[in-house]
Amino acid sequence: MGEDLPRVGVFICHCGKNIAETVNVKEVVEYSLSLVGVVHSEDNLYSCSSEGLSKLKEAIAEHGLNRVVVASCTPRTHEHLFQHACKEAGLNPYLFEMANIRDQCSWVHLHRPEDATKKAKDLVHMAVAKARLLEPQEEPEIEIRPETLVIGGGISGMTAAISLSNQGFRVYLVEKEDELGGMLLRLDRLFPTNIKSEDLLGPRVKAAESDQNIVVHKGSRIRSVSGFIGNFEVEVEKMRGGAETLKVGTIIVATGAESYDPVDLYGFGDDSRIVTQLQFEELLSGDGLEESRTVVMIQCVGSRNSDRPYCSRVCCSEAMKNAAKMRETYPKSEVYILYRDLQTYGTSYTPLEWEAKKSLVKLVKYDAKRPPEVTPGDEAIRVRVYSPLLDEDMELEADLVVLSTPLIPREDARELSQMLKVPLNSDGFFMEAHVKLRPLDFATDGIYVCGTAHSPKEIGESVAQALGAASRAAMPMARGKIRTAAIVSVVDEDRCSGCGTCVEVCPYNAIQKDEAGIARVTAAVCKGCGVCGASCPERAITMQHFTNEQLEAQALAALGRVDG
Amino acid sequence: MSSVVVIGGGISGIQASLDLADRGIKVYLVESSTSIGGTMAKLDKTFPTLDCSICILGPKMVEVDLSPNIELLTYSEVTNVEGSAGNFRVTVHRKPRFVNESCNGCGACAERCPVEVPNEYDEGLRNRKAIYIPFPQAIPLRYTIDREACVGCRRCVEACTGQGNDAIDFDMTAEDVELNVSAIIVATGIDGYLPVELGEYGYAQFPNVLTALEFERLICASGPTGGRLEKPFDGKPAHKIVFVQCVGSRSQRLGVPYCSSVCCMYATKESILVKEHDPDSEVTIFYVDLKVFGQGFQDFVDRARDHWGVEYIRGRPGEVREHPITGDLTVWYEDTDTGIVSKKEADLVVLCSAMIPRPGNKRLAEILGVELDEYGFFKVKDPVSNPVETGILGIYVCGCCHGPKDIPESVAEASATAAIAAEVIEGATKEGQ
Repeated sequence: MGEDLPRVGVFICHCGKNIAETVNVKEVVEYSLSLVGVVHSEDNLYSCSSEGLSKLKEAIAEHGLNRVVVASCTPRTHEHLFQHACKEAGLNPYLFEMANIRDQCSWVHLHRPEDATKKAKDLVHMAVAKARLLEPQEEPEIEIRPETLVIGGGISGMTAAISLSNQGFRVYLVEKEDELGGMLLRLDRLFPTNIKSEDLLGPRVKAAESDQNIVVHKGSRIRSVSGFIGNFEVEVEKMRGGAETLKVGTIIVATGAESYDPVDLYGFGDDSRIVTQLQFEELLSGDGLEESRTVVMIQCVGSRNSDRPYCSRVCCSEAMKNAAKMRETYPKSEVYILYRDLQTYGTSYTPLEWEAKKSLVKLVKYDAKRPPEVTPGDEAIRVRVYSPLLDEDMELEADLVVLSTPLIPREDARELSQMLKVPLNSDGFFMEAHVKLRPLDFATDGIYVCGTAHSPKEIGESVAQALGAASRAAMPMARGKIRTAAIVSVVDEDRCSGCGTCVEVCPYNAIQKDEAGIARVTAAVCKGCGVCGASCPERAITMQHFTNEQLEAQALAALGRVDG
Repeated sequence: MSSVVVIGGGISGIQASLDLADRGIKVYLVESSTSIGGTMAKLDKTFPTLDCSICILGPKMVEVDLSPNIELLTYSEVTNVEGSAGNFRVTVHRKPRFVNESCNGCGACAERCPVEVPNEYDEGLRNRKAIYIPFPQAIPLRYTIDREACVGCRRCVEACTGQGNDAIDFDMTAEDVELNVSAIIVATGIDGYLPVELGEYGYAQFPNVLTALEFERLICASGPTGGRLEKPFDGKPAHKIVFVQCVGSRSQRLGVPYCSSVCCMYATKESILVKEHDPDSEVTIFYVDLKVFGQGFQDFVDRARDHWGVEYIRGRPGEVREHPITGDLTVWYEDTDTGIVSKKEADLVVLCSAMIPRPGNKRLAEILGVELDEYGFFKVKDPVSNPVETGILGIYVCGCCHGPKDIPESVAEASATAAIAAEVIEGATKEGQ
């Protein structure tokens, strides 16, 4: 470091009372001033407030700080804010280090303030030890190709594709079936407005297929994906033979969901009078239900149980819609909906419940612990259900039993998730970067999700998500280039023996061997996970911003070793 | 002209602004109160992940502040709109803050100010001064003088000059700003119904009966009691908490007929927070139908019930009574799963009341020339095919201003409006070529 002797500034955040009520902040400030290299220390009510950030910037100028440590919350949400402030004050953002004295200290040691204060000191000590050894880094810049791959040609995929085209980007729309439209091809009328499915679908299929900026690949599937944001290479395979490689800047996953087949549940499969809600909707749009005087619908068939804990969101509204239609088309029919909790919600979908009640559909709550029993007979199907409200068993003679089954992840979701290196959640749906604030992004840059590929949702909600995903994908493409984090691995060519271990272990395909057999890291693809560095037998790989030297200093500080 | 006006600085308006600004589109973000943040800034945690709300919102608010493409117009209202998509002329009325831009948020003025009034941010459970910022993370971090409360003693001026600054300006006047934009995004959010007319629950009569938003402030570590659950009646600790769902919603009598979408889950969240504070506390949620229709919601309820021991009872309580001396409450109810009529003692009763349209919607809809629905929410062109478009090209809606919804839905919709606004701009650019 030579002339650049570390001048570390330490900022301890109260986080209102989140930290300060447990940790003695003033004591930590005093302590930090005793650490080697620390020339300034202060505490802030909220270091992340605009007041806190101005103070940080002022201190950098006033005390000539060349390293900054903030001890506050989690870098996951706040690191970039502080880095940005450093940058504004003329300091390279990689000369910043964070200690998490809230999530890892005050919150978990709420009832032990003295120990928490001691631990906060240790965490600050560790951060300062590392900060002293930090080096400035330059972030690699990546060009973003202004083209998008949309996987899935249902309503979500088409909506995203059309919006991106209207925003001036080229789109490849890949659909595995021979026809665009997805799940909506199987639906008749769409709630809550009761429009014909084909009236929504028709214009959108036409718009997608006639758009000069959209290249539609029907009967095709994704075979492989490589590359990274801005420069993905995707192999698309025609079901009937032939393949093509597409180069795109961003990818949107809009592969939808499937309807669960309730095999072995309530006698489904053994009796043609026991159908799913989707099959019932198809029956309802034709004729031939005249004979079905009594229809009994059962909700939550295969969902909200231990196998599939989630509620499928759309089934109650769908059942209400079909029940009301049945009553309207066949006024002499009787329709029962056996439900656990009605999931009609908001101003758009609650009215379906009133419509159903108005058309004299009978709603019977059942207890999940005592589910209905379905016994097919020659004349009718006997449905016995215990009503907790009446505290009695009800016997129904049904001509048709309709099972409301959940939307479930597509069979090929796992394979696609592995190709894209994006996660699925415990239910098997694609998992977004952050449940609350990044519902359409994956943690991997440049890949986005919308519609029922993410979780069961209404059509309007899928359309809104599709437009939203189009915005997210357009952002880096409109900018044309982006910078990625400099936390990447670097290979020391002199030490590399070319064994190829790092190439094998890298989960992001970021390392290749060059002509000379030496490992080469593509910085834009590297996520800085460090697996290569840990596996390298020659210790030839260094993680920038997490060097062995820096981590060692941090570990020694944790063990209370004296500063060297 | 590639710029957009976003009306409303809650999470929806913030997200729409950030999406647009990031890709180089100029955004005017108009917020009626003194800081952006909206309802989300008032929440303690968010469901079902229990993320600290301001901790995940705060960085986004600061991003808005830092973005060179976003011009923030707080304490401001849209008063007139003319023109059409691609070329709207929008008039924004900027109310005087009586504190100019040299304010650095030091707070010396508020320390000296002798006037205290209830702080809207804390749902009135704590006071602020007549010169104030609503909460420490406010953006912009600039004080405002509430002239209705101010007594004109000018101690704030002394305090400010004492700090070597001269930020307070009692002569500041309102001004109107004209903006020329391609598209308008409406993100004005939603209100909670104050169940005063539902006398049987005792809201506004019994101090220990709270709305959910009041409770949210009460349990928040940065709230009026520092997160200690105290009974407003006497300040003693509260151990028995009862939540009542569907207060004024799903009602054909008083209130509104629709389901407010988020209450079952935020009540579940709040009951987990109570249990985390004090595992020995007794928590009961009275519900009609348990709405678990979102990702991870059923798991969340299972965790509350099975791990934390939160009791869920199906039924809408008939009456809440108060002990005249202790202030403690008794909730009378019928368990509709068993038909048994019973009562439950409670230290606090939290009313999860309906989410209702903001009263300002009517005027704003008139100014914009768009329609409201039968309840008073902004009406979308078609909830299935065009879920964020209004009847007028170039004007879009996102978040709760067109019906109750949760944060991720609002955020997704906000991005959706950003996409369509960008389409309008791209279309206008193409035509211009």
